[in-house]
Amino acid sequence: MAITLPANVTATPANTRNLLGAEDLSRAEIEWLLERGRFYKPQRNEPPKKLDTLRGRSIVNLFFEPSTRTRTSFEIAAKRLGADTIGIQTQGSSLSKGESLVDTLNTLAAMSPDAIVMRHAASGAPHFLSRYLSTPMINAGDGRHEHPTQALLDAFTILEVKDTLEGLRVAIIGDISHSRVARSNVHLLAKFGAAIVLCGPATMVSGNMAGIAPGVTLTYDMNEAVADADVIMMLRVQLERQNVEIFPKSEYFQFYGLTLEHLKPAKPDAIVLHPGPINRGRELSNEVADSQRSMILNQVENGVAIRMAVLEWVCGG
Amino acid sequence: MNLLIKNGRAIDPQTKLDGRRDVLIEGGKIAAVEPAIDKADVETLDAAGLIVAPGFVDIHVHLREPGIEHAETIESGSKAAAAGGFTAVCCMPNTIPVNDSAQVTSFIVERARRYAPVHVHPIGAVTKGSKGEQLADIGAMRNEGAAAISDDGIPVMNSGIMRRAMKYAASFGMTVIDHCEDLNLSSGGDIHEGVQCARLGLRGISASSEEVMVARDIILAAETGAHVHVAHISTKNSIAMVRQAKKLGLPVTAEVTPHHFTITDEHIRGYDSNYKMKPPLRTPEDIEAALEGLVDGTIDCIATDHAPHTGNTKMQEFERCPFGITGLETALGLALEKLYHGGLVDLTHLVRLFTTDAADCLGLRRGRLFAGGPADLTLFSTEREWTYDVNATLSKSKNSPFHGCRFRGGPAATIVNGRVVWSAPDSA
Repeated sequence: MAITLPANVTATPANTRNLLGAEDLSRAEIEWLLERGRFYKPQRNEPPKKLDTLRGRSIVNLFFEPSTRTRTSFEIAAKRLGADTIGIQTQGSSLSKGESLVDTLNTLAAMSPDAIVMRHAASGAPHFLSRYLSTPMINAGDGRHEHPTQALLDAFTILEVKDTLEGLRVAIIGDISHSRVARSNVHLLAKFGAAIVLCGPATMVSGNMAGIAPGVTLTYDMNEAVADADVIMMLRVQLERQNVEIFPKSEYFQFYGLTLEHLKPAKPDAIVLHPGPINRGRELSNEVADSQRSMILNQVENGVAIRMAVLEWVCGG
Repeated sequence: MNLLIKNGRAIDPQTKLDGRRDVLIEGGKIAAVEPAIDKADVETLDAAGLIVAPGFVDIHVHLREPGIEHAETIESGSKAAAAGGFTAVCCMPNTIPVNDSAQVTSFIVERARRYAPVHVHPIGAVTKGSKGEQLADIGAMRNEGAAAISDDGIPVMNSGIMRRAMKYAASFGMTVIDHCEDLNLSSGGDIHEGVQCARLGLRGISASSEEVMVARDIILAAETGAHVHVAHISTKNSIAMVRQAKKLGLPVTAEVTPHHFTITDEHIRGYDSNYKMKPPLRTPEDIEAALEGLVDGTIDCIATDHAPHTGNTKMQEFERCPFGITGLETALGLALEKLYHGGLVDLTHLVRLFTTDAADCLGLRRGRLFAGGPADLTLFSTEREWTYDVNATLSKSKNSPFHGCRFRGGPAATIVNGRVVWSAPDSA
């Protein structure tokens, strides 16, 4: 006999559009966002577009964790669309005075912004809040869970040099278990039929990760991971999310750092991605970071375009 | 207080009674159990279509008093117990202060005597302050009415201290209830370490964190002769180990909560903290093992681990929310659904899990229906359809994942010492 649970936890009022995770996006929605991102990306030698799509709208950037590139990227994206932005960092909010997350958000929502962009150290914090708020919410990274705009901009970057995501072999290397970038990329890439190889020491790569989406395999061997890879995605070692020691820091680079040598068994046109900020000498060598294969700066640039698309999408244009 | 319960189907697992019986209560005791009793000058309760069972016993609840009265009190928690069909509950010692002394035990007993509609048996701590260092005043608590000892929720990690506690408790004939969790293995965990945990980016609580402690406790039970009771057993391997221990004749018993045999980690959605408890919701395989254990007797009883928390503490980021859900009012509905309507056990077996065998885990003289015995009775329906509304709960807290759940069958009336202390709103 099955216990039928009531649907008391379905997210969000039906007419609110959120971007909480890549897992929740359909292929069509992703394709639409990528297409709009291409529209917003400035052409070579062209100044960035300055539009009034979201004129009169206000976007709250609520960052409970330090962030430079994501926060700035969202801010630029909003401004290019003509929106007003309000940036709030934890230090500046009343959270340090013991106000609960719910109260903070209710206060903000009472000011009726058109969207809230939120980063939070706790997995699921925006999902939890979106159940109580009718303001559209964009997840700019929640704990170890998801970072959907990163996955979108990664796909965008890959598609600037590859024709399709389907059938690509994508190696994601590093601290998978603690990585929201990895989870979002796994979900997005899996929807398009990429073959995803997750690689790192077993303390960083839970065997359960293979079960979260189709087409995911695991290896602890870097050489195996990069063999025939079309895309090599390096992750930042997230010391701040590791409560206990899960690897001996002194030998990490020796086994899981990416060097030019590693690129040899990869596809000749393989590219290297990293969500940043990079730790040279820990996750990848200087030579790789500065090589032609590295698309790290393209990622940053594309981040603005894709976030414009996302803002347009949740605000309904 | 005299009462005649007529036309019910009486079930007593102890005497294997199952049939149409009238039950006459006089002076708080059961005066007679007969196929037909006709008496004119007595208040009559028509139990046609209902099961008349011995009073249900829940050996694992948290009443939060003293110290955390905003979440629950002895009065509110025991009212919720009555609404769930329970006539007796055993309350865990993780109050503020911890129930580690005769004073706190007698405080609880006294408060319960004045305010609780059901019987309340305190469970004393194993160690002072449940700090896992020095033994609590186990004998003195026993003398004040403590039914067993446990450091529930803050389990004794030091095996040497646990071994000493078991030996000492055995000399008083007390059961040691263990919340089996190796805190070093479960450290920082939120939900069961499985695919759902990986998907949600939460921290895992491995099955092994329970299993190594179940193994330890069984080994220590064998060595000390103490009766060890495994609280809220949740994994397939834990259940297999208890089954093996019982085969060897070791003094080991176990309970399972209704949520651990009905829902899994896959039900955790939207980071709803009403799905966050310890042990965590496990897998379909573990549910199968729990059901098998309930059917074959490996698991002795159903206990709720009713753990009230106020809305404020549960309305936070998932990882900050405390562990635990309420469960008194939904236990019978869930058990009927899964075990009885699911065709796994007959009614006698189901009743046994809530009565005789639950009481026997702690050596309580409860859970029997016989002429001359205490008039604690649970009347329930196997068919009445109802929906659980957590907003109507008698508990002070609403942290249940079963709000809005439809049930077939549930409690109809709860009788303690011959007095109807609760009856279902639509059958009153």
